[in-house]
Amino acid sequence: MNDEIANAPKLVVRNLNFYYGSYLALKDINLDIPEKMVTAFIGPSGCGKSTLLRTFNRMYELYPKQKATGEILPDGNNILSVKQDLNNLRAKIGMVFQKPTPFPMSIYDNIAFGVKLYEQMNRHDMDDRVEWALKKAALWNEVKDKLKQSGMGLSGGQQQRLCIARAIAVKPQVLLLDEPTSALDPISTAHIEKLIDELKEEFTIVIVTHNMQQAARVSDFTAYMYLGDLIEFGDTSTVFTNPKRKETEDYITGRFG
Amino acid sequence: MLTLYTRRRLINAITLSISVLAMLFGLFWLGWILLTLLVHGLPGLSLTLFTQMTPPPGSDGGLLNAIVGSLLMTLLGTLIGTPIGILAGTYLAEFGQRGWLAPVTRFINDVLLSAPSIVIGLFIYEVYVTKVRHFSGWAGALALSILVIPVVIRTTENMLRLVPNTLREAAASLGAPQWKVINFVTLRAAKAGIITGVLLAVARISGETAPLLFTALNNQFWNSNMNTPMSNLPVIIFEYAMSPYDDWQQLAWAASLLITFSVLALNIVARVLFRQSATTH
Amino acid sequence: MPTFLQEARLKRQNWFDILFRGITRLSAFAVLALLASIIGSLIIGSQPSIEAFGTHFLFSSEWNPVTDKFGAVVPIVGTLVTAGIALLIGIPVSFGIALFLTELSPRWMRRPFGIAIELLAGIPSIIYGMWGLFVFAPFFADNIEPWINHHIGTQPVIGPFFSGPPMGIGVLTAGIILAIMVIPFIASVMRDVFEVVPTMLKESAYGLGSTTWEVMWNVVLPYTKIGVVGGIMLGLGRALGETMAVTFVIGNSHDLSKSLLMPGNSISAALANEFNEAVGELYISSLIELGLILFFITFVVLSLARYLLFKLSQREGT
Repeated sequence: MNDEIANAPKLVVRNLNFYYGSYLALKDINLDIPEKMVTAFIGPSGCGKSTLLRTFNRMYELYPKQKATGEILPDGNNILSVKQDLNNLRAKIGMVFQKPTPFPMSIYDNIAFGVKLYEQMNRHDMDDRVEWALKKAALWNEVKDKLKQSGMGLSGGQQQRLCIARAIAVKPQVLLLDEPTSALDPISTAHIEKLIDELKEEFTIVIVTHNMQQAARVSDFTAYMYLGDLIEFGDTSTVFTNPKRKETEDYITGRFG
Repeated sequence: MLTLYTRRRLINAITLSISVLAMLFGLFWLGWILLTLLVHGLPGLSLTLFTQMTPPPGSDGGLLNAIVGSLLMTLLGTLIGTPIGILAGTYLAEFGQRGWLAPVTRFINDVLLSAPSIVIGLFIYEVYVTKVRHFSGWAGALALSILVIPVVIRTTENMLRLVPNTLREAAASLGAPQWKVINFVTLRAAKAGIITGVLLAVARISGETAPLLFTALNNQFWNSNMNTPMSNLPVIIFEYAMSPYDDWQQLAWAASLLITFSVLALNIVARVLFRQSATTH
Repeated sequence: MPTFLQEARLKRQNWFDILFRGITRLSAFAVLALLASIIGSLIIGSQPSIEAFGTHFLFSSEWNPVTDKFGAVVPIVGTLVTAGIALLIGIPVSFGIALFLTELSPRWMRRPFGIAIELLAGIPSIIYGMWGLFVFAPFFADNIEPWINHHIGTQPVIGPFFSGPPMGIGVLTAGIILAIMVIPFIASVMRDVFEVVPTMLKESAYGLGSTTWEVMWNVVLPYTKIGVVGGIMLGLGRALGETMAVTFVIGNSHDLSKSLLMPGNSISAALANEFNEAVGELYISSLIELGLILFFITFVVLSLARYLLFKLSQREGT
């Protein structure tokens, strides 16, 4: 199934099961996420696509009664092992959420917050880093004159780009996007999709989306999930034009979900 | 014979009129009390209130020592109670999903919140005043701090719960350790609400009399030593209002006016502050 | 980034996490310890009285510092009766105010009216007491009590509860002033819970042709009953423990009287009036036992409320 993969896998998922209490939400997932490419997870609501995404940085650990078994191996270390330091893991794997989540502080401090956690740098270097991240997120021109203002004052689309800038400012290796445009208008969505295309030069990107056109537009690989099972995974154009499984075809052609 | 529809309309009209009356009933008492305070208190308001000590009956005087004593004990009570309240409230909201401690603490906190304030005074009398063998400003401040704690715990927890979980996740996804997530992101997002809670707690304790009766007691003279009995506005009002001397009663009314309008102003400031921050977010 | 620096930082961060969590946990523990020591100190303080009178304390209405004989019936009854009167008046009025604020008031008036009601809660209790003693009680004695005596005092059955000299101060006056004090608490909670009722639910009821009253009584009230009961319990707790307002107007008499117009006593008023002047171990200890009983009553009321709310929410499966 993975013959077409051009780049080496960045995240190797093996026999992954996930439980909400005693409910099995992900069933024996096996998947290779290629480096510096965009991988999209699609599927109907409740299929487990967001759950799968949240195992990659173990975000589920914030809540009681959620647990994952199996292996997720970036560079040969299982991130699900108890020895894995959570904060260290999350610094390497950035995440952007459904709704914009600006922190209650200035635009500048929003970006600097994550950088300061793991790097000591002087004011000048920090200024450069903030500028770099905001330029990467195509937000610099809009906010360069108001870096000291609160991030909460920006528009929804700008806030989401601020969150992307904040996530890439710490220079993670992987960027997880959990339905990043579901709360945005079409113009902001187009901005962000363009951004994703540029960011894959440097980052491995995994995006969860409920919008199939979006998956087709931005991703190189697509995984279709249903009820906690990974039904099909492959090259995006193949999945959309010539799916191997009947279920995938039904979903993509709109006969389902 | 009324038709069903007319009867329904009639019931509606009657009950709604009663509701308007209930509103007027509430406003009526507020108006009456405030008016009384103005009528009796205004003649006693003068600069000497803020420059002179409480007098013996029959001579001129002011309320300076009582005002300073009240401010001092309220300030210290707030300073002692607020950090404990914020920390415990943070525990309930941020770490309280697992284990037995959080639900038990939440219930106990409700008990403390509605505990009669006079019993709190009795408690401090028992564990502090009888041990050091004298009434003191510290005892008063301690009693007030026990009233502050449950209010601050309650608002801190509620305000932290209003902070969306995605904000915590966003901070954690950058690799921030939990103590940084809480201190620099969630507590910050809840700041306005928590400050409002603290201000309301201050408003509440600055008018409290009962817990001070057996703790700070009263003092006729200037005093900034927290280790001795300390004068304060509420207890002065109590003693002077119950006294047979006209000039003392006049001072009691002036003190009442002072304390009521300060407390009400504090209440309004707290609410305006909260609403402002709620609209900018 | 250099990995050795990161390693050291990570270790420190994890340590800070444990430390911070420990401090907050300790503060939560402090609350438990506080309650435990309040109860403990009250029990220890009332030991002499418990030994001297036993359960007799709860059933005797004698309160005589001269002969050192003490019983708690009068203050207990006074506390319960005044709180009862306060709720009897306070609940319907609060409901009316909440109804007015959520459904009837023009939108621009809601905030000023709402703040006005909340200010009523902000007035310190000693002010209520002073106003009650010097303004309300004389007014009540001159204008209301004679009427009560003539019209209700002469009725069969309930008459004896409402007859007596029109003195102004007494159990009824204390209850009325408590009612004014608890109204803003109950009304604000009711308003808050009424406001979170989904608009669509109300609109569906209006869509069937219901009147405003029917929507409130048949849809909004059942939907919010848990919150409403919570608000009432808050008011009750407040009424039971209120001290200064009651102290001024209840009359401070240890005689048991059937009439609500006669002076009586409440636990908190007895403490405020007598504690600092009390001499003798038994006298002081009896007062502390009164405090213990008051604490116990509020504790029981709160636990009952909790249980009730739990049952209510369980039945609805929410």
